[in-house]
Amino acid sequence: MATALNRKDFVSDQEVRWCPGCGDYAILAAVQKTMPEFGIAPENTVFISGIGCSSRFPYYMNTYGFHTIHGRAPAFATGLKISRPDLDVWVVTGDGDGLSIGGNHLIHVLRRNVDLKILLFNNKIYGLTKGQYSPTSEVGKVTKSTPMGSVDFPFNPITVALGTHATFVARTIDVEQKHLGEMLKRAHAHRGASFVEILQNCNIFNDGAFNDVSDKALKADHQLILEHGKPLIFGKNRDMGIRMNGMRPEAVQLGAGVTESDLVVHDETNLSLAFMLGNFEPPLPTPVGVFYAVSRPTYDGAVNKQLEDAKAKQGAGDLKTLLGKGDTWTVTS
Amino acid sequence: MAVPPEVAGQAAESHGSAAPKPHLQRDHVVIRFAGDSGDGMQLTGMQFTAESALAGNDIATLPDFPAEIRAPQGTLAGVSGFQLNFSSSEIFTAGDEPNVLVAMNPAALQANIEDVPPNAVIIVDREAFTDSNVKRAGYKTNPLTDHSLDKFQVIEVDVTKLTSLAVHGMGLNNRAVFRCRNMFVLGMLSWLYQRPIESTLTYLESRFKKTPEILEANVKVLKAGFNYGETTEMFASSYEVPAARIAPGLYRNITGNSATALGFVAAAVKSGRPLFLGSYPITPASDILHELAGFKNFPVYTFQAEDEISGVCAAIGASFGGAIAITTTSGPGMNLKAEAVGLAVKVELPMVITDIQRAGPSTGMPTKPEQADLLQSMYGRHGESPIPIIAASTPADCFDCAYEAVRIAVKYMTPVILLTDGQLANGAEPWLLPDADKLPEIKVEFATNPEGFLPYNRDPETLSRPWAVPGTKGLEHRVGGLSSENLTGNVSYSPANNELMVRTRARKIAGISREIPPTQVFGDADGDLVVLGWGSTYGPIREAVKHVRAKGKKVSHVHLRYLNPLPHDLEETLKRFKQVMIPEMNMGQLVKMIRADYLIPAFGFNKIQGRPFKVSEIENRINRALEG
Ligand SMILES: Cc1ncc(C[n+]2csc(CCOP(=O)(O)OP(=O)(O)O)c2C)c(N)n1
Ligand code: SF4
Ligand SMILES: [Mg+2]
Repeated sequence: MATALNRKDFVSDQEVRWCPGCGDYAILAAVQKTMPEFGIAPENTVFISGIGCSSRFPYYMNTYGFHTIHGRAPAFATGLKISRPDLDVWVVTGDGDGLSIGGNHLIHVLRRNVDLKILLFNNKIYGLTKGQYSPTSEVGKVTKSTPMGSVDFPFNPITVALGTHATFVARTIDVEQKHLGEMLKRAHAHRGASFVEILQNCNIFNDGAFNDVSDKALKADHQLILEHGKPLIFGKNRDMGIRMNGMRPEAVQLGAGVTESDLVVHDETNLSLAFMLGNFEPPLPTPVGVFYAVSRPTYDGAVNKQLEDAKAKQGAGDLKTLLGKGDTWTVTS
Repeated sequence: MAVPPEVAGQAAESHGSAAPKPHLQRDHVVIRFAGDSGDGMQLTGMQFTAESALAGNDIATLPDFPAEIRAPQGTLAGVSGFQLNFSSSEIFTAGDEPNVLVAMNPAALQANIEDVPPNAVIIVDREAFTDSNVKRAGYKTNPLTDHSLDKFQVIEVDVTKLTSLAVHGMGLNNRAVFRCRNMFVLGMLSWLYQRPIESTLTYLESRFKKTPEILEANVKVLKAGFNYGETTEMFASSYEVPAARIAPGLYRNITGNSATALGFVAAAVKSGRPLFLGSYPITPASDILHELAGFKNFPVYTFQAEDEISGVCAAIGASFGGAIAITTTSGPGMNLKAEAVGLAVKVELPMVITDIQRAGPSTGMPTKPEQADLLQSMYGRHGESPIPIIAASTPADCFDCAYEAVRIAVKYMTPVILLTDGQLANGAEPWLLPDADKLPEIKVEFATNPEGFLPYNRDPETLSRPWAVPGTKGLEHRVGGLSSENLTGNVSYSPANNELMVRTRARKIAGISREIPPTQVFGDADGDLVVLGWGSTYGPIREAVKHVRAKGKKVSHVHLRYLNPLPHDLEETLKRFKQVMIPEMNMGQLVKMIRADYLIPAFGFNKIQGRPFKVSEIENRINRALEG
C-alpha cells in the first residue's frame, strides 16, 4: 500500500438515514475507524447485507456493497467469496434478518466455515418494520404484534452459532467502541466464518434493551469480559468471579477464602466452555468478547483447492476435448 | 411360437442355423425396454442407443422413470422404461408406439401394454411370469397363457435360465447372475438389429474395471445373448436399419441435461470467465449439477446450496464478482428463487436460471415432463420484472440455448430464464459437434475507468449498464433492491425516477428482439393453418406437420426459441395463416400470450399427462381444425 488508508477512505457520500440516537451509528463509526488498520483497499472490500435498518449499512461504506434481500446475505456472500477469494467480504445482518427469515443460511454459512466476517446487529426487535418482536425478543415482550406479550421462546445468537461449530464466535456492544474495534480486528484476523453479535440499541422500538451491559453505572457489574487464558472476573471492583460448583457455574465474591485460582480460566478453544458461557443468564453476568476461536479449513479455500488440484491433474479445461468426449462417429455425405 | 410377420414370411427361405440368417431392411424401429427399476433397463436402453448411434442411425429416446427409487420388486410402481426410435431417415420423436416391447416381468408388461399396437413384437422373460409375479402385477391369469396377447407377436425367452447358463461355473451368487439378465437382452436385440456391440464392451470394461469377475460375467452374458439370436429358431432373420442420411460431420449422442451443462461451460470458456453454478438437487435438474461438478478444471465452481434460494443468491453473488453465474432447478425451486431473480432484474446482473420443467402442481409427477412454467417465468415475480426467456426444443438444442442464454445475459446485463423439461433433460439424440472456434462471441468487458463512472450509465444501443466488479479501483459502488436513481444508482424514492427506471428496464428487454433471427416457417409462408410450438413439442409437431403436408394440406410449423421477447416478425408471420394452433403440455400458456399480444384467435391443444404428445394426436387435431 503506497499511502496509508484512513477513515475517510471508507466513508461514502451517502446521507446516513438511521434514527438519531440509533446504535447503528456507533457501529458504523467503529467499523469505519477500524477498517484502515487492515490495510485492505476499499476496492477489495465488499459489504453485503439483507434487509432491515441494520442492512442499510453497505450504503454508508465507500467500498463495494450489495444490499440484497431479506435474510439471504450469507448466500450472496458465499457465492462471491467462493469465486473471488481475493476479496475481503463482510456480511451485515440483523436479529430478524439473520435469525428469522435467514436462519437457515446463517447456520449453513457458519458450519461451512466460509471466510466471511459476519456482523449481526441484535436489537431484539424488528426495527425497519416498526417494532414487532424478533426471534431474540424475550418471552413476555409486549410489541405491536404481541399486545399480550410474546409467547415465543427466543434464540440466543451465540449458542446458535456455537451449535453450528462456527470457528469464531464473539459478542460486543455498540457503545463499547474500544471493545467493538478489538472484536472487529479479531474477527478480521480469523480465517473462516467470523460471527460477531453486536448488542445494538434501537432507541425507537426497544430502547434500553441492553441497559444492564451498556449503562455506565450498571455495566461493570453485568459485563463479563472474556479474555483468553485469564480467569473470569467482573464487577466494578473486579472482585467477582465465576467458579464451577460441580457442573454448574456460579458467581462468587473474591476474598473470604475464594481466590483467583478457584475461578474458571477462559479458553477460547474449549467448545463446552463456550457453550456454558453462551448460556449465561441473570443473575450471572453477560459475557462479551471471544467465546470460541479455532482454526479449521475454510470452505472457499477447500473449493478452490479442488479446482487447482483438478487443473494440476487434468490440465486446464479444453473445450474442444470436452465437446468431443465419449463415443463419437463421423457421418460422411 | 409367435414370430414377427416379416420373420414368418422369411422362414421358408431360412434353412436352420447352418446358413447365416438373412437381413431384412427396416426404415425405422421403435423399441421400448421395460422392467423393474432394478433390472437395468435404462442402462440397456442407453447402450442400445449408443450402439445405434454408432451404426449411423438417427435416434430419439424417451426414458420413463418411476417416481420411486426402488419400489417393491415386481410392482407396477417400480416399472422403469426406456423407449428408443432409431431410423435410416431423419426423425423427430421417440415414436408414438413401440414396434417391439421388451418386458422383463409381468408388471412391465401390464404397465406398457396399452401403448403397444396390434402385431407388434413383445419379448418377455418367460421365467419371470410366475404365479406370484403375475398376481403382483394385477393380472388374474397369466397373460402368456390366457390368450389375451394373441393379437401380438409374443416371443418368450428364458432369459434368466440362459443368463445363468452363460456364467455357469463362475461361482457367482444368484443375485449377481440375476443382475446380468439385461445384458442377455441387450445382446439378443443387438443381434436382431445387427448392432455392433463393441461400444458396450468398452463401456462394461470401464464400468467394472474394479470387479473383473462381474465384468467377465456381463461380457459372457452379452455375447451369449448375441449368439442366442443367431442360433435360436425364434428369430428367422435379423433386421438392418441402415445409416441415416443426416448432415455430415462428427457426432456424439447427447441428452438434454448434458447438452445444457456443456452449453454453459462453452459459454464460460468463450467469455473468458469462470462458471459458477449455485444449485439444490431436484429431479430432473440434478444431473446438470452432477455433470458440472466434474468440470472443475475449466474452471467450474459448483455450489450445492442449502436450498434453492441460497443457490440462486450465491449465483448472483458470483455474478456481482464477475463470474458467469447460473442456477438450475425445476418448478418448485423456481417458486423459491423468484424473489432473488427479481433482485437480479433490479440490480441488472447477468445470470441464467434454468428450469427443467416437470409435471405439477406441487410435487406433482417429478419424473415426468410438462410445460406449465412459462407464465411463471414471464410473470412469477412481484413488481414489473421483465426477463428474457429462451426454450430448448430438442436435447441437442439445449446446448445452443444454454449458450445463447449466457450470451444474452452478459450482453444485456440481465437474468435470463432457460426452459427445458424432463423429456429433453433425459432424452437423447445425435449431436453434430459444434466447432468450438466458431461459436458466437461472448464479450465480457468489465468497466475499469473511474473517469465519469456511473453504475447505471447505459450503453446507448443495448441499454445495458456497466459490469463493474469488486477489486476495480475507483469504481466502488453499492447496488441493492431499493429503487435507485438513474445513472448513480443511489437510493431514490422519486416517483418520476422510479417510472423511468421501470420503463428503461422494460425497453432494454424488449430491445433484445432486434437480434432475434427472422422466424423460420417450416412449410409455406402462408396457408390454412400454422402450428406454433415451443420447447419439447418440437418433435411431434414437426412430424405431424410433415405427415399432413405429405397429404397436400396447407399446414406449416413455427417453433419458438425466444419466448420473451417474442420475435418481432412473429405477428405478421402468424397472420398469414387462417388458423393458429398451439399445442402445449399445459392448460394453454403461450396461447394466452399470443392472443393477448396480437389479438388473434389462436387456439390451444393441451395435454397434461406428464407425457409428450403423440404425433398422431397432433395430426388428428390438425385434421379436425382443417375440417372446421
Ligand atoms: C421477504 C420479506 N419479508 C418481509 C420483509 C419485511 N421486513 C423488512 S426488515 C424486516 C425485519 C428486520 O429486522 P432485523 O433484521 O432485526 O433488522 P433491524 O431493522 O432491526 O435492524 C422485515 C420483517 C421484507 N423486506 N422481505
Ligand atoms: S428503528 Fe431502531 S434500529 Fe431502526 S434506525 Fe431507528 S433506532 Fe435504529
Ligand atoms: Mg433487529
